[in-house]
Amino acid sequence: MAAQDLLAVIPQARYELDRRRRQSANAELWQLLDQVKDPEVPVLSIWELGVLQDVAVTDNGTVQVTLTPTYSGCPALTMMAETVTETLRANGHPQVEVVTQLAPAWTTDWLTADAREKLRGYGVAPPGAVRCPQCNSTDVQLISEFGSTACKALYRCGACLEPFDHFKAL
Amino acid sequence: MVVAPAEQAVAQYALRLGDDALVLGQRLCEWCACAPILEEDIAIANVGLDYFGRARMALQYAGSLLGKSEDELAFLRDANAFTNLLMVELPIGDFAFSMVRHYLLDEFETLFFAQLARSEDATLAAIAAKSNKEVAYHLRRSREWMRRLALGTGESRQRTQRAVDELWGYVDELFAMDELEQSLAAQGIAVDRATLKASWHQQVTELFAELAIELPGQDWQVSGGRQGVHTEHLGRMLSEMQFLQRAYPGLEW
Repeated sequence: MAAQDLLAVIPQARYELDRRRRQSANAELWQLLDQVKDPEVPVLSIWELGVLQDVAVTDNGTVQVTLTPTYSGCPALTMMAETVTETLRANGHPQVEVVTQLAPAWTTDWLTADAREKLRGYGVAPPGAVRCPQCNSTDVQLISEFGSTACKALYRCGACLEPFDHFKAL
Repeated sequence: MVVAPAEQAVAQYALRLGDDALVLGQRLCEWCACAPILEEDIAIANVGLDYFGRARMALQYAGSLLGKSEDELAFLRDANAFTNLLMVELPIGDFAFSMVRHYLLDEFETLFFAQLARSEDATLAAIAAKSNKEVAYHLRRSREWMRRLALGTGESRQRTQRAVDELWGYVDELFAMDELEQSLAAQGIAVDRATLKASWHQQVTELFAELAIELPGQDWQVSGGRQGVHTEHLGRMLSEMQFLQRAYPGLEW
C-alpha cells in the first residue's frame, strides 16, 4: 500500500499515537499493556481506546506510563491506572509511575477501526452516524444525551425496538 | 510555602474555576435518585461527573501552586474561603430552576472555555480544551430542556419563567472582572469575561424569543462570591459535602 493510501486508512488524529508506539524502544511493554481493558467497555484495551499515550523507562528503571482521561470526570481512569500498575508489577516491573496528561484532549477520533467494530459487536454504536448495533437500521431515536456512562448516549431503534448505547463523538 | 505573586494569581484563578465546578457538581448530584425520569437521573449525575472532573483538574493545579492537596482545598476550607459564583451555590429548587440555571451557565461556558483554551497558561488551556468539548453536550441537552419546559404545560411554562426571573439578578456576576482577572487577562492567561456578554446575551435572547420567555428587567444584581461573600445556602451545602473529612480527618476511600 502506498503511503498516500495509508493516510486515508489511518485517521490523522491517530497517526501521532501509532508512530509513538512504532518508534518506541519498549515494544514489549506496550504489548503487555494491551491486556489492560476499559472497565466500562471490557472489549476495548486502553490502547485501542486512545487512553494509553506513552510508555517510557526512566534512568532508574521506573516504567512511566502516560494516560489521558476520556471525559474529565471519568471514574474508570483510576481503575485503569491501578490495572496498569498491577499488570507491570506482575510481569517483573516493580517500579511504575502513571502520569495523567490532559493535552491534547482525548477524542473519539483516536479509536482504531478495530475498536469501532468491537464496540458494535459489544452492542454499542460507535461514534459517527448512529446505526442500531443489533439490526444496522438507521431508524433510531435519541432517548437521552447521557446513557450508562458520560461517554455514551441512550438511543432506541425504531426497526427492532431495542434500546442501545451510542459512544458519543467527542 | 512561599508562593511567588505571579503563581499566586494563577492559583487563585484556577481556584475560582475549580470552586465553580465543584459547587455546581455537588448541586447537580442532589438530583440523583429524585429527577423526574430515570434517564434524567442518569444524565444529570453524568453531567455532575463532568463538573467534578473539571473541579479536580483545576483544584489539583491550584493546589500544586499553593502546596495543598485537592482534598484539602475541597473539604477543609470554610464557606468564606470559597470563591465560586453565587449562581452555582443556590439550592436546586424545582427541576425548571435547575435546568434554567444550567442553560444560562452552559451558554456562558461555551463562550468562556473556547477562549480559555487559547490561554498562555498551558495547564489552564488544557483544562479548558477538555471542558469545552463536554460543555457542547451540556448545552445541547439544556437547550432541549428549555424547549420542553417552556413549550410544555402551562405549569412547566410558568415555572420556567419564574426560574428565569429568580436567576436573572445573578447573571451579571458571570461577566464581572476584578483586578486579579484583569491583570491575568492582560497577560493572555485569563479570559476577559466582560467581552463575552454581548454574544451571551444574543444567544439567550434568541432562544427566549423563540420560546416566548420574557426577558426580566435589570432591577437588581448581586455579587460577592469571588470575595468569599456568599448566600446562606453555601454553608449548608458544605456542611454536608465536607462532613466526612471534618469528622474523620484524612479519611480515604
